[in-house]
Amino acid sequence: MTARLEFDPLLDDPATRVLVCCGSGGVGKTTTAAALALRAAERGRRVVVLTIDPARRLAQSLGLRELDNHPREVVVEGFEPKGELFAMMLDMRRTFDDMVLTHAGRDRADQILSNPFYQTISSSFSGTQEYMAMEKLGQLVAQDEWDLIVVDTPPSRSALDFLDAPQRLSTVLDGKFIRMLSAPARASGRGLLKIVGTGFSLFTRAVSTIVGGQLLQDASTFVQAFDSMFGGFRERAQRTYELLRSPGTGFVVVAAAEPDALREASYFVERLSAENMPLCGLVANRTHPVIATDLPAAKALAAADDLDRSGEAPLAAAVLRLHADRVAVADRERRLLARFTRAHPGVALVGVPALPADVHDLDGLREIGRRLAGE
Amino acid sequence: MTSWTEELTRARLHVVSGKGGTGKTTIAAALALALATGGRRVLLIEVEGRQSIAQLFDRAPLPYAEERIASAPGGGEVHALAIDAEAALLEYLAMFYNLGFAGRTLRKMGAIEFATTLAPGLRDVLLTGKVKECVNRTGSDGRHLYDAVVLDAPPTGRVVKFLDVTKAMADLAKVGPIKGQSEGVVRLLHSGDTAVHLVALLEEMPVRETLDAVAELDAADLRPGAVLVNRVNPVRLPARSVSVAAEGRVDATRVRAGLTAAGLDLDEFTLEGLVDETVEHAIRVQSEQEAMELLSESDLPTVELPELTDGVDVAALYELAEVLVAAGVR
Repeated sequence: MTARLEFDPLLDDPATRVLVCCGSGGVGKTTTAAALALRAAERGRRVVVLTIDPARRLAQSLGLRELDNHPREVVVEGFEPKGELFAMMLDMRRTFDDMVLTHAGRDRADQILSNPFYQTISSSFSGTQEYMAMEKLGQLVAQDEWDLIVVDTPPSRSALDFLDAPQRLSTVLDGKFIRMLSAPARASGRGLLKIVGTGFSLFTRAVSTIVGGQLLQDASTFVQAFDSMFGGFRERAQRTYELLRSPGTGFVVVAAAEPDALREASYFVERLSAENMPLCGLVANRTHPVIATDLPAAKALAAADDLDRSGEAPLAAAVLRLHADRVAVADRERRLLARFTRAHPGVALVGVPALPADVHDLDGLREIGRRLAGE
Repeated sequence: MTSWTEELTRARLHVVSGKGGTGKTTIAAALALALATGGRRVLLIEVEGRQSIAQLFDRAPLPYAEERIASAPGGGEVHALAIDAEAALLEYLAMFYNLGFAGRTLRKMGAIEFATTLAPGLRDVLLTGKVKECVNRTGSDGRHLYDAVVLDAPPTGRVVKFLDVTKAMADLAKVGPIKGQSEGVVRLLHSGDTAVHLVALLEEMPVRETLDAVAELDAADLRPGAVLVNRVNPVRLPARSVSVAAEGRVDATRVRAGLTAAGLDLDEFTLEGLVDETVEHAIRVQSEQEAMELLSESDLPTVELPELTDGVDVAALYELAEVLVAAGVR
């Protein structure tokens, strides 16, 4: 029997320090993160929620108007939580720039910031957002101003990207290739050269023809400067990774009751368990449970057909049909969730019935918080 | 609101994008089936290395080769190709540098991934280059091998960067074979042969991203095609009842009278449940109508595709394809 995911004890426990909301794109991670943060604040904790690319109305409901990359206290008329609520939106570029500015001297920082390769990596490489989300999380933890940090994760198709992208980025930037390609003469890659033979020099030539010698040079300069500054991307990514594995951190996997989203959730759950990362459970988001549970769909449809034939009572016929639709949707969602729980019987789960419209204020978030807590 | 236009009918490359979670792969596959209907040959391409086409058609992962994956009504056929940037780079290097065996070794060592990551634009140039080659390929009779090519493209947040090969090339070498190849890609993508369709849902974020993407495409001189609205729920309430019901006012007495007329004698609890379900339905219909109005600001041909309660399987793809054909897709 699958256990119910109980959020209130989790949010109230002072040992809970970081909650990471993850899942594939479009399942409502950001809203879930915000609703959990709000609920925790109203139950007395000092909370900050780190959102990534929130919907405009959701951002507005938290009083966030622009990316300013620093937590701001949520000030909304009539909102007086027992604890405190701060919110911020991640600005990936700013986070990267700040990281450089903090660790390099002024001159050195300018040199890095104006490097064309840095500009490419910091604004468009696909793993940078994940890397910076981890970096920001590390900073918030280090600041030690909040007793609970709720993190949203970047919108990618695969939930695993959050764990893998920083590693991917560091593999590339820490790699031997960059050194060998940019400075083949200095590379101590004799053994490697022997294995690959002439292929490698051909490859070097080909790559530098394609990407251009200048870019290679820029990349090399950047990596060397970065390396001496931080002891490498890999170490830094590794440290944040360790943070995610430390006690006090919990993962909340969010999924819609859809095959794709649940498949991603499955991969993620398995991965967390393989990495010994603490999983709180699964949020089955935006479900459509039947309210009028005693009326079977077939009976409703038959009655609607009767009414349509007689042409009487169009409102009642419509009500019966929309009820039948809802039963069909609910059945399908139940089937899909049952398949998930059969595969992962140990994962606690909570279904969160959909609000009929998008969240646009704190009341909406509070309502989602109630649904998350199973009220 | 217009549906499929004459202009769209002339396109040979249909790029399909959309916010993550909107079902763009499903719609791309259905579009390929729709375009193949009536005896045409269509190629469906994916570029993100996710093997989503194979999953959708319930078959083993696709190799880096074109394979026939489905038949369409009227003797049409859909072929599929999963382009992998690393394989494309190797193919490319092999063409010009005769790497042979070393290529495989380099790949094992991660060198190829390194090169395509080093210059993020390079990956896109390679992928779009392969797409162009497929679109332009001709058979022995001198006619195009594929009547149409459907590209399951990256999501809206990245699609313009992906297609804007000119920009990507600015970061890359100004000379060499890849330069010549990319000029052909730029010509194709900016021509009337290409249309970029956007898959949307009737929710705030997908609508916003769709409108942003239209503006971005326009700014980059790429041609937005149609808006494909996915997962549209049926509207059951009579139009005049929607706004009243959305405010929570459903005439329970009238509903009960109707139910009794149909021979249903329901308890108070069930009746209340039905009323609550009706209010939720009305609120959702209303917010979807608002979303639809916002979408119409894009002034693009729009096709609505229904929510499929039974989920998406191969049969469902044919169902969606039929809807597209009925909307004029050919």
